[in-house]
Amino acid sequence: MSNEATHGHPEVVTTHEAHHDEHHVHHHKETFITKYVFSQDHKMIARQFLITGMAWAIIGGLMSVLFRLQLGYPDQSFPFLEDILGRWAKDGKITAESYYALVTMHGTVLVFFVLTGGLSGTFANFLIPLQIGARDMASPFLNMLSYWFFFIASVIMFSSLFVQTGPFSGGWTAYPPLSALGEASPGSKVGMDLWITSMALFVVSSLLGGLNYIATILNMRTKGMSMTRMPLTIWALFFTAVLGVLSFPVLLSGFILLLFDRHAGTSFYLDSIYIGSAALPNEGGSAILYQHLFWFLGHPEVYIIILPAMGIVSEVMSVNARKPIFGYMAMVGSLFAIAILAFLVWAHHMFVTGMNPFLGSVFVLLTLLIAIPSAIKVFNWLTTIWRGNIRFTPGMMFSLGFVSLFISGGLTGIFLGNSALDIALHDTYFVIAHFHIVMGVAGFFGMFAGIYHWFPKMFGRFLNNTMAYIHFWVTLIGSYLIFWPMHYEGLAGMPRRYLDYTNWLSFNQFDGLNKFISTVAMVVFAVQLMFIFNFFYSIFKGRRVTVKNPWGSSTLEWTTPIVAGHGNWPGEIPEVHRWAYDYSKDGREYISQTEPVTPDEKPH
Amino acid sequence: MSTTAILLLAILGLGFLITFQIAKASEYVGVLKGEKKSFEQSNRVNAFLMVVFLVLGLIGIYWCHELFYKKTLLPFPSASDHGEKIDSMMFITIAITGVVFFITQILLFWFAYKYQHSDKRKALFYPHNTNWEILWTTVPAIALCVLVGFGLYYWYQITGNAPEKALQVEVTGKQFGWIYRYPGKDNVYGKKYYKNIDESNNNELGILWDDQYSHDDIVTTEALYLVKGQPVKINIFSRDVIHDVGLPHFRMKMDAVPGTPTTMWFTPQYTTEEMRKITGNNNFEYEIACDQMCGNGHYSMRGVVKVVTQSEFILWRARQKARYLMVFPDRDPTNQKAVDTTKTGTAPPPPVAAKR
Ligand code: HEM
Ligand SMILES: [Cu+2]
Ligand SMILES: [Cu+2]
Repeated sequence: MSNEATHGHPEVVTTHEAHHDEHHVHHHKETFITKYVFSQDHKMIARQFLITGMAWAIIGGLMSVLFRLQLGYPDQSFPFLEDILGRWAKDGKITAESYYALVTMHGTVLVFFVLTGGLSGTFANFLIPLQIGARDMASPFLNMLSYWFFFIASVIMFSSLFVQTGPFSGGWTAYPPLSALGEASPGSKVGMDLWITSMALFVVSSLLGGLNYIATILNMRTKGMSMTRMPLTIWALFFTAVLGVLSFPVLLSGFILLLFDRHAGTSFYLDSIYIGSAALPNEGGSAILYQHLFWFLGHPEVYIIILPAMGIVSEVMSVNARKPIFGYMAMVGSLFAIAILAFLVWAHHMFVTGMNPFLGSVFVLLTLLIAIPSAIKVFNWLTTIWRGNIRFTPGMMFSLGFVSLFISGGLTGIFLGNSALDIALHDTYFVIAHFHIVMGVAGFFGMFAGIYHWFPKMFGRFLNNTMAYIHFWVTLIGSYLIFWPMHYEGLAGMPRRYLDYTNWLSFNQFDGLNKFISTVAMVVFAVQLMFIFNFFYSIFKGRRVTVKNPWGSSTLEWTTPIVAGHGNWPGEIPEVHRWAYDYSKDGREYISQTEPVTPDEKPH
Repeated sequence: MSTTAILLLAILGLGFLITFQIAKASEYVGVLKGEKKSFEQSNRVNAFLMVVFLVLGLIGIYWCHELFYKKTLLPFPSASDHGEKIDSMMFITIAITGVVFFITQILLFWFAYKYQHSDKRKALFYPHNTNWEILWTTVPAIALCVLVGFGLYYWYQITGNAPEKALQVEVTGKQFGWIYRYPGKDNVYGKKYYKNIDESNNNELGILWDDQYSHDDIVTTEALYLVKGQPVKINIFSRDVIHDVGLPHFRMKMDAVPGTPTTMWFTPQYTTEEMRKITGNNNFEYEIACDQMCGNGHYSMRGVVKVVTQSEFILWRARQKARYLMVFPDRDPTNQKAVDTTKTGTAPPPPVAAKR
């Protein structure tokens, strides 16, 4: 990496900034190791999370291309697959073992390693100190550990791809007994031990990160930065961290019981099982218990993914519409409501597990309640752009795309949350369409919005705009082309996680559609590679940022030098005098948070 | 590597190269033209594309519907009475969410286009308005009350108790297939215990043969026979991992959980024959699809449901041999007859195991 891009002084830095950089607060000798590897600077850790997340996104995305190849062309063989995958694709056909391994890893990697680790890890680390006016996290050391736990978790998950019996292949939700018994599936042998180990380390990483984010937000805000003056990104990241800290331990406990069942002969999840021509001794456990533990995290987890995206979108949208975010307090309130409700709806993933119908109806009510704060957010975003003066920066376009996707996917949640309908729709492609639109693609759109918007702050350069616009339009159109028709497959009852539909009378009418979807998926994937290229190319060769505040934004991160050193502000940390959204107020483009309120200013 | 792969990679690489050159060039042109001018130009283009996307998207939705609606289950009547309720719930939900969908998406892209940057316009400083916010809290709340109301009304009907006279059937999932059991004439299932499972001795359910109620139980893997118009209560089990009895045409679904029995009930409305006429497809079959990831053979876990008339069902059941008699052929009265001709007067010995 070029030294200049991250720390040195781009020629354009105005003089007074360049001087201060030399004697910033944590001035000490930095070696390559302390600066790029075991760095404790939140900005570097953010970039580490981002780049690791991007590596995982390529791997996870490539996996989906491979299994889409099977779904789109079940009767064809692709000899080149055997060259890449070896025995996993004998004679150029993806085997059932590898198909299920790919699907499982795709889900695990994208949900946890990309959209949780990559998204929260990047933006919580990068934005929290910068936007609340702190020099670093409450504990830079724990913060560094958080990344390295994530890294080790990544290494272990990746290594599981290469074991003889294959990686875990029972779906990202890892329901026992399938995940508990090696006899049930080859992937449930060593692959599953590695999966659990990796996930346990991932939980540790999330907890270290989350506690740090919470502590930092609560304690380290600069003078004048009251909670209600914080940008919505910070609020969103705060609730995200709270969700993670309260729910990940439950997941971990579920995994530990699973580990006991696998290796210590316990029967937490096992009862009355005859498998591999033998009856197991285990009796008295409950397979459903695991699902409760899993979804107690699993549902908050989906909000852990979407809340940061919502925060980023709110911020980017307000900046580029040149208007204050509409209904700031309602936005905070709805984030709060979503965070609370996220803990009270988990069993909507379990309507057809045989749960008590009365209990089911309670979860229907609580689930559909979530749609109210969601609706408030959508209408507030719409009102934010209403009568704005919109600049279509790439970040803004991804934010608009996010809102569109969130509407589309949120509305199908209302179908699924109604247990009566879920009986028909559960575990069909309708669910796939729902969560890919509302979480997968929308989560990525939030992340892209954030990357395009804060790239200048991260690397002192801009991403190439033309590639960004191609990236946006192909991804938006492609995602709808891929996932919209899947609703119809779901309405035909087509189950998810099937290798091949050709032998089914009820589901084989979609062969043409499946081909189409697979083809679009490949195009969209190729365009993501173009984004990755743009990203790395621009780090070194992108257009330089020549002013401190290229977007004309009122938040604190843009008051730091173009390339900020460890400690962020060369001199004093600025004091904050107003909220983060004074755009187009009193005829001014924007008013920085650091500007004192003048006596003749209209209160809002 | 095969030539196609190389060709594809070459095309991909070329595509990248061209895009990259264009992207680079447009950046230089932007610098030459001046930042402001090139910003305004790309802003106009993107704003215009926003409405284009909206219009093409709406057309696309219509087109997609035309292409695929007829391939879903919805154009045909539901095969079960519960399914009819689910279908009407579906249409209510589509109507309400559909309205919201079109309003919000149109507003979003229309606003994006209409309020694109212009030097002449000043953005409105409009940080909040309590009345609007109350409006869009209460309207969704009311809509959701309607949905929850209907939803739970149907939910309780569907998950309520099965009628007394319901036909009893047991469905057991295993990797990777389904086993069906009927309780026989006594309408009571014989007891079973998983440690008794003995595949080589025709006892894949682990039935306890010393329970007399088991003697007339019918076990089959051929198909699940149901009677048109007669409610059926399905008791669901799994032998190994979690499966799910998915009945798409009946719009029903219930997990099969090892160790935890589950149930569902419904009334079939159309025989398989009738459904063939309705769908205009002579090969139509009701299928059971496993709807819970259960291992590498999950996708092949197919079962067939035959809905027949009452008389056909009675005929079918009469033709089935009780599993007990297949396990103990010597206790089969039809075999006994042959024995009887030689050894007159000896009544078949009572099954030993029955004395518990
Ligand atoms: C209006 C709000 C929403 C409602 C009412 C809702 C409801 C549901 C329900 C009931 C299911 C279970 C479907 C089934 O398995 O049969 C589900 C699945 C799912 N939802 Fe949502 N949802 C909403 C929003 C979201 C959001 C915002 C996200 C993520 C950011 C999300 C992510 C998911 C995921 C990942 C699954 C599938 C998990 C799996 O089975 O693999 N949902 N949703
Ligand atoms: Cu959920
Ligand atoms: Cu299955």
